[in-house]
Amino acid sequence: MNELLDFLNYSFAQNALIAAILTSVIASIVGAYIVARRSVFISGGITHASFGGMGIAYYYGFPPIVGAVIFAVLSAVGIEWSSKKAYLREDSAIAILWSLGMAIGILFIFLTPGYSPNLMSFLFGDILTVTLTEIYFLIALTVIIGIGLYLFYEPILYTAFDPEFSKITKLPVQKIKYVIGAIIAITIVLSIKVMGIILVLSLFTIPPSAANLFVKKFNQIINWSIAISIVGSLLGLIIAFKLDIPTGASIIFSLAICYIILHISKLALRSKKSLI
Amino acid sequence: MNNLLELKNISAAYEKQTVLRNINLSVSTNDFIGIIGPNGGGKTTLLKLILELINPTSGEIKKHPKLNIGYLPQVLDIDKKFPITVEEVILSGRFTTNSWWKKATKTNKTKCKELIEFVGLTEKTNQPIGELSGGQMQRVLLCRALMSQPNLLILDEPNTYVDKAFEQDLYKLLHELNQNMAIILVSHDVGTISSLVKTIACVNGSLHHHKANTITNEILESYNCPIEIISHGIIPHRVLKNH
Repeated sequence: MNELLDFLNYSFAQNALIAAILTSVIASIVGAYIVARRSVFISGGITHASFGGMGIAYYYGFPPIVGAVIFAVLSAVGIEWSSKKAYLREDSAIAILWSLGMAIGILFIFLTPGYSPNLMSFLFGDILTVTLTEIYFLIALTVIIGIGLYLFYEPILYTAFDPEFSKITKLPVQKIKYVIGAIIAITIVLSIKVMGIILVLSLFTIPPSAANLFVKKFNQIINWSIAISIVGSLLGLIIAFKLDIPTGASIIFSLAICYIILHISKLALRSKKSLI
Repeated sequence: MNNLLELKNISAAYEKQTVLRNINLSVSTNDFIGIIGPNGGGKTTLLKLILELINPTSGEIKKHPKLNIGYLPQVLDIDKKFPITVEEVILSGRFTTNSWWKKATKTNKTKCKELIEFVGLTEKTNQPIGELSGGQMQRVLLCRALMSQPNLLILDEPNTYVDKAFEQDLYKLLHELNQNMAIILVSHDVGTISSLVKTIACVNGSLHHHKANTITNEILESYNCPIEIISHGIIPHRVLKNH
């Protein structure tokens, strides 16, 4: 315990802790939406497409996060647009974007002369190198998502639930979808720092799925999901520190364990009820 | 307010295939129009035109400035696993008359409560829709359609996937509602529809509006509505002539 407290004296450890909590909050809110709308696969496409932006940004000497955000937002809006126009079947569009993004990223990082950045930290995340600037970005995004959700909870929920009916009732469905698409993309990119491209999707899907075991209302799923995600992430961080293993993988393991425990306790509760 | 809606010489197409040709239809207060026709005949397209989900390729749609449409889609189009409660679904019907950024008012919530009572689902108010039966879901969607107090109610195949017990209740309900609003009901079930509606419109590429609710063999054949397709193999005209 003492060495854990000593560890928290380091600023990089404090940053990691704050980043884990903020990422849990935004990934849970966005994740609850993604899971409810059944667009987990789209989010996977956006995540991997953003790697293309990172590669290009590296090659031209911009901050990689800027390139990633641009690529992610464009692909989110692009998928929404192409599926609306129906030129291409949606799952095919996603798969193309997914692999094309990765290919562009790999190519440009390969072409970057001299020092080549550590591919592993993109793919698997590195929460211990989170910078103060990235924390500020996370805080800003958390505030924006929180206020947006509070103000527009119902339109967000209804357009996700039944877009056609929402169109008939004159909700600005397309605009809401584009804005949310952009928010999803930015949230994914900021979470990549913590979890990496390959692992980040679990942060968006495990907590809401676990919450959905017990609660069925969208806002309750968000609240439970945030709690589960914070507990799981912090537990993952501690385990990673104790056992000296990669943080991203460790966080996923502890989230998955949380899910399994909750699932078992749900089954236990149900069988207890049926006995009475 | 008499003429709520008027379709004049409307044609509609998907890609390049024309689905509806030179259609005329007018809907007035207290109308109860049954729309029948074979699959692929353009029933859904007609609804989408009226609901402004698609634009006609030619022709003109005239709407009364006070026209307010309530819409009940097919139950199968709803994602029942979506985390949303009965009350939330019904409240989502208010935006036809409310600004989209405004939160639900007390008046909205009272109206919602009345509607839930009206269809006998009070104990389900805060339940997720995943726990409803097909008939209950249908009633919730009906409440949502009625939330903004429409003067035109449009129902898309309300008698599919619904238990027979509720079907009779639904028809009684619609009969009551018709005192205060016009109703358009799309159905493939010619038998039930003809006793319920006041007039019948037959859609099959073109549209013929018969100002009566009896479907004669002559109507069906002369206007090119093959009864085998509409009736799914039963012979409805023999039954219907009795009405």
